[in-house]
Amino acid sequence: MLISRDDRLSFEKSNPGRRCVTMPKERLAKASVPAGLARRDPLLFPELAELDAIRHFINLSRKNFSVDTHFYPLGSCTMKYNPKINEWAARREKFAALHPLQKPETVQGMMRMLAELEDGLREITGMDRFTLQPAAGAHGELTGLMLVRAYHASRGDSKRMKVLVPDSSHGTNPATAALVGYRVIEVKSNARGRVDLESLKAVLDDHVACLMLTNPNTLGVFEENILEIARLVHEKGGLLYYDGANLNPLLGIARPGDMGFDIVHVNLHKTFSTPHGGGGPGAGPVGVKKHLVPFMPYPLVEKKGDGVQWAPKPQRSIGRVKSFHGNIGVLLRAYVYLKMIGRDGLLRVSEGAILNANYLREKLRTVFPVAVDEPCLHEFVLSLKQAAAKGVHAGDVGKRLLDFGFHAPTVHFPLVVSEALMIEPTETESRETMDLFIEAMKRIAFEIETEPAKVKNAPYTLPVRRPNDVLAARKPILTYRDLLREEAVAAEARVG
Amino acid sequence: MPYIPLTGPEKRGLLREIGVSSLDDLIRAIPSALRGPEMSLPEGMSEPEVQRLVRDLGALNTSGLDFLSFLGAGSYDHFIPSAVQEVISRQEFSTAYTPYQPEASQGTLQAIFEYQSLMAELTGLAASNASHYDGATSLAEAALVALRHTERPKILIARSVHPHHREVIRTYLAESTCRVEEFGFTAGGGFDRQSLAAKLDADTAGVIFQTPNFFGIVEDLAGIADQVHANKSLLILSGHPASFALFRSPGEWGADIAAGEGQPLGMPVSFGGPYLGYFVTTQALLRRMPGRIAGATEDADGKRAFCLTLQAREQHIRRERAGSNICSNQALCALAACAYMTFLGRQGMREVAELNLDRATYLREKIAGIKGFEVAVSQPIFNEFVVKSPVPFAQIEKKLAAERIFPGVALETYYPELRNRFLVCATETKTREDIDRFAEALAKC
Repeated sequence: MLISRDDRLSFEKSNPGRRCVTMPKERLAKASVPAGLARRDPLLFPELAELDAIRHFINLSRKNFSVDTHFYPLGSCTMKYNPKINEWAARREKFAALHPLQKPETVQGMMRMLAELEDGLREITGMDRFTLQPAAGAHGELTGLMLVRAYHASRGDSKRMKVLVPDSSHGTNPATAALVGYRVIEVKSNARGRVDLESLKAVLDDHVACLMLTNPNTLGVFEENILEIARLVHEKGGLLYYDGANLNPLLGIARPGDMGFDIVHVNLHKTFSTPHGGGGPGAGPVGVKKHLVPFMPYPLVEKKGDGVQWAPKPQRSIGRVKSFHGNIGVLLRAYVYLKMIGRDGLLRVSEGAILNANYLREKLRTVFPVAVDEPCLHEFVLSLKQAAAKGVHAGDVGKRLLDFGFHAPTVHFPLVVSEALMIEPTETESRETMDLFIEAMKRIAFEIETEPAKVKNAPYTLPVRRPNDVLAARKPILTYRDLLREEAVAAEARVG
Repeated sequence: MPYIPLTGPEKRGLLREIGVSSLDDLIRAIPSALRGPEMSLPEGMSEPEVQRLVRDLGALNTSGLDFLSFLGAGSYDHFIPSAVQEVISRQEFSTAYTPYQPEASQGTLQAIFEYQSLMAELTGLAASNASHYDGATSLAEAALVALRHTERPKILIARSVHPHHREVIRTYLAESTCRVEEFGFTAGGGFDRQSLAAKLDADTAGVIFQTPNFFGIVEDLAGIADQVHANKSLLILSGHPASFALFRSPGEWGADIAAGEGQPLGMPVSFGGPYLGYFVTTQALLRRMPGRIAGATEDADGKRAFCLTLQAREQHIRRERAGSNICSNQALCALAACAYMTFLGRQGMREVAELNLDRATYLREKIAGIKGFEVAVSQPIFNEFVVKSPVPFAQIEKKLAAERIFPGVALETYYPELRNRFLVCATETKTREDIDRFAEALAKC
């Protein structure tokens, strides 16, 4: 492996005796560790001076694409701008220095914030009650399906062992259903990317616990038969679960609660502008209709007189799904965003998301075919099936876009579209940025025709090019110690 | 409108380009019966107004800076190097997505790789994932790994494990064919060997301990790994990660999995989150580990590069056959932990652990000298311990509030039999004066 000096790990920059922070010298007691309980292994941590350590991390950050540096049209991920006032609020010691086991009367500002956030989410989604505990979308799904299970169990309805998911669903849907012990049945999409009603009816019986649906779905189109779907599922005694990954274009326009959904989760790190953090922390609050309130996890907040308290544990609660009260710092950011946007702003958000997506779709549909060629909501999917004939795949186009300074769209998803490229611009991008993106896509389309190898071997301007993931999985090197071992083996081989 | 660049004329321009006359033409798929819901929400506010609102809300909170706090019990007030906040505030880290495109994410990926290396080092095990939601959910996933790996139906968990963690494990396993049993603790607060021996059986998939346990006691686990492994069960250890710099690590005790709360590694208490769950295993369990993992490999030019690896375990590839459903984790918290451990370095990490032991020991000595209060002075501790008080805890809490002190956490909430006992914690943030002041105030109760 070639390593430029700048790319070394912190461990490889270590020099014994160097350090950053110093700690108090005074000792107040004569404390010692009993011999049998003491750590014996050396602690192989890096030893760096503070400047070198800071430079290490800042230079690492410069090897990232991010919303603040690049357009990030990642479908179903809603990479909108993360307002800085959110960060300002979350860093305030009056919130960050609160211990989770403080008595509610000492944290009324915090409790009020949580209650108001819940109110806002209820209004926006049309649900009756929210738990703010789940830490991410998938954690919300898990909570939601536990609610489904508890609901049916409470009715003595033990035969419901199936969960339905469309073939266009996110991977977390079937994975969650399986984790909760359900058998997963896929429902086919029709030619227009929607749940095929006949296919649904064919698998819908009184063994179905729930249908999980994203609406608009991962093809970016609204399930126009949603009221009929809800009626069919409910008629058979099943519940309807709303995966909130794509809630952004519905803000102020329509609500999952009105569509007949019994349970929803909302991804605050998508729709409510909290930063993705390179893969979290997010927050996935779960909202339910009245009939599911008795099963909700605790703790729940409750307004009482002038103040806000912890509510009594719901009578048939599924239990606790996380320590303490949730990813509070993320909830606070979402609260601030909601205050900034307000009722009037919700419509501007959805309108902007829909107009931007349709503008891109209209400009790109002549460059590459669109999977469902009709107006979309927040995102759309291109199919690069024809390019594949030239040996260029959707993933290659994504890589080539990096050279033009754009993050790749979501590639090879949804699975129902071959060679899928899923594009979501969000409302916070300007037309100028989108025009540059359109130019880059046209340029790449031209390259596919004229010099496909160029696209296939991209990118050329990034710190690395096409890391070998097959090798990485076959021979996992997951720590610095693994690397040292690997190097020792290589050195021995050279000597031998 | 904040954050939205679209102006009125531009909007008309976009509609023209799209070839429609209004937004309505684009949302026809939404049944009209559903459109335009009534919502009772206030109008948006300006940034100065929202800043004011947040300050006003904050003023209603009493923070650990307003009061002298001895609260611990799973969330710890530790010194955080100033540089850590600067690192995680870098927008290139905080506003990036999951590193699915390795070329555009080498910063995040290398930081995860370093985090994994540091966690493996600290816990004395072979392989770490990129983080879990928190200690409780991480332990719950560890329990699932044990059930799957051994194909046995029972999880055995010490009652001295954090009550929230035990509750979450029960939630995760509820109504499955698996069951959770607990084994007790002795009068001294350490786990009960007899109770463990009585419940460790051929059904037992995994045994979960916490050390230091919920009562702050550093458990002596001599012989436990042999006992658990002889039974063909997995040993899962949890505990305050900074303690592992001073006390035996999970790996040294022979654990198969270390899973627990990573908040002490550079995250503020933040009313309970965001934190991170650490999850570290032996080589043998590597492919059963849930969550994302970064690995080193070579790029097309033979250069060292990092990428997400072993993804065939995960939901976006495996769907219903995945071992876990986790997608987003706590990446930025893992970065904070990585930066925290790097800025402390080899010496600093050990000194932090020593200072915790020192401050808690000093506090224990002080309280032991107060008439009517009882503490177990001979038990090995790290940074917290149990105090038995002569009066109900609520009374102490009330009296100390007047002195602007949070005295600790009542144990009766979680263990009805432990009346008049509370948990106090003193980390490296406490000075001699702080501790003396606390002891003086307690003496007046």
